[in-house]
Amino acid sequence: MSQHNANSVDHAADHGDVKSYVIGFVLSVILTAIPFWMVMEGDFSKGATIWSIVTMGVVQIWVHLKYFLHLNFVTEDGKASTISFLFSALIIIMVVGLSVWIIYESNAMMMY
Amino acid sequence: MSTVATDMHHEHEHHENNNVFGFWIYLMTDCLLFASFFATYAVLFMNTAGGVSGKDIFELDFVAVETAALLLSSITFGFSMICAHKQNKGGTLLWLVVTWAFGAVFIGMEIYEFHHLIEHGNGPQTSAFLTAFFSLVGLHGLHVTSGLIWMTIMIIEVLRRGLGNQTVTRLSALSLFWHFLDIVWICVFTVVYLMGAV
Repeated sequence: MSQHNANSVDHAADHGDVKSYVIGFVLSVILTAIPFWMVMEGDFSKGATIWSIVTMGVVQIWVHLKYFLHLNFVTEDGKASTISFLFSALIIIMVVGLSVWIIYESNAMMMY
Repeated sequence: MSTVATDMHHEHEHHENNNVFGFWIYLMTDCLLFASFFATYAVLFMNTAGGVSGKDIFELDFVAVETAALLLSSITFGFSMICAHKQNKGGTLLWLVVTWAFGAVFIGMEIYEFHHLIEHGNGPQTSAFLTAFFSLVGLHGLHVTSGLIWMTIMIIEVLRRGLGNQTVTRLSALSLFWHFLDIVWICVFTVVYLMGAV
């Protein structure tokens, strides 16, 4: 049984504890409330609003990955998951970014 | 003797981690599916065919409540997993039921929103924008619905069999799925609702 307990501590980085979930939750609430407030009540320019909500969205994704999904570079499993996530993120940026770029450019060319 | 026991334990743990890692790889491919729906939405959202645009139909206070429900369900699932790793059956079940309830609130609100839009003549067949909107948000909704069905099955499994290694592994996979859907929702409310209403 003591073996099992020692192991649980070793793998705390992969499972998370109450503290890490609460930190993640509080950060997420802040990073959700600010963009909603900016769009609903805030009096900012369109460009500033869009850049702020996108930035906070990206930060909130990072918060979720770290505190809820326990991605890390410390444990063996954490490393494997993190690297496969980073690879997917690269592919996604290429798929979404390049598609949008190509279609907008061709759209602009059709107009003029 | 104790070395053998430790080795066996490690062997077992390794096997479980492989299962969860395999599920993580599946989630990464699911990411690509969502990415292509997002790309489609980004390309089509201006093509409203003279009909409504995002600004006309999005009700942000409604979306804020949906977001709160999903965010709360994420932390309650976290508490359920902490209880599961401590072999606390009652706690695991309680937090699973709470998570399920928040998930059901989210899905209920989304069905209401879709119904409301279709009733007012803004169904998915109206314009390319609405097709892309219903597809993207609906795909996420379908995932959450599958998550709720899976969670129901897990609640029954924990009730009947307790928290064996296999059950905890399955719960870990569901937890990854649930937190992953929350991340997708961050992208949905940022790209679709907030940027659409700016």
